[in-house]
Amino acid sequence: MNGSGKKGIPEPARGFVIKRWLGYAPFFIFIAFVGVSHYLHWEPGVKIGLNFRQFFVEMLMILPLVFLLIGLIDVWVPREAIQKRVGAGSGMKGIFWVALLAMLQAGPLYAAFPVAYLLWEKGCSTRNIFIYLSCFSAMKFPMLTFEIGFMGLRFSLTRLIFTLPVFIGIGFLLDRLMGEDYALPDPGAGAGPVPAIDGG
Amino acid sequence: MTGFLLVGLFLIIVSALRDREKTLNGLKKGAAMFVNILPTFLAILILVAVVLYLFPPEAIREHLGREQGWRGLLIGSGIGSVALLPAFIAYPLASTLLMQGAGILTVGAFINTLMMVGVITLPVEFRYLGKKAAILRNLLSLVGSVTVALLMELAYEWIW
Repeated sequence: MNGSGKKGIPEPARGFVIKRWLGYAPFFIFIAFVGVSHYLHWEPGVKIGLNFRQFFVEMLMILPLVFLLIGLIDVWVPREAIQKRVGAGSGMKGIFWVALLAMLQAGPLYAAFPVAYLLWEKGCSTRNIFIYLSCFSAMKFPMLTFEIGFMGLRFSLTRLIFTLPVFIGIGFLLDRLMGEDYALPDPGAGAGPVPAIDGG
Repeated sequence: MTGFLLVGLFLIIVSALRDREKTLNGLKKGAAMFVNILPTFLAILILVAVVLYLFPPEAIREHLGREQGWRGLLIGSGIGSVALLPAFIAYPLASTLLMQGAGILTVGAFINTLMMVGVITLPVEFRYLGKKAAILRNLLSLVGSVTVALLMELAYEWIW
């Protein structure tokens, strides 16, 4: 395929670039909406804008670093190392490892999905992926300190005693329901044209 | 938060000292993943901002105020499934609810679903886990959260 456009970008790549910018349309429309709200002093719009800023800052503090570290783990940690510990047939020990990994992390649940994807790519079993996600949302250490501080040790312990078995059970159940040929979809970086950032 | 940033930067530096090229490759890979998913994240933050405006913590406090029993379980898990609150807002709110006289069942269901079930973040989950897995995970997590809340209520009533 020659695909020589005026700037030398092959056709499919150019389509990809346009599609990528289209993805940001909701964001730009939203920014315009907040801007107009400020201009007209429309209270709801201004408040929504402030909410957005709060979450946006939180996201910017966490996510880029999470992804950079995921990239590093990807190149440093060999697949066999992860597959052996948390792959199919890793048993109770595998559950222990994903639980421990989840506990040592911080941030909202949506920051755990890319990590789950990385684990999957490195051979983690379906069951352990779901147990990891549950443990991440229910018992990450930074959150527990907060919970104990506000709710008391008794509340936290009671919650954990019941949460752990119930959600390990759910991990087993999801594994069954999804079946053997379940595969996580590629969230982007691998499929299709190589993104511009990789080209340099 | 600061701790996380420092540890992260430290790890990147250590990695770069050991192997510059490998590190650069890893960082590029991570950055590409981030750029790919960023539009989805931004769309979700917009949703979260709107939902937080429609259901601010004060409104949640009013709705869950003194709820107990089945009604509390229903409303608590409903609000918890849709809301997306960081821990530093969620726990002070939950502790106020308990002090106001809401039941363990209500607060447990609210906290559990808040952590485990994410209706708003489904678009991100779709992209990483696939539609079927994401929907099943959320449904089962809802059932699990309610189960745990019921068990917590029983434990509080009968054991301690």
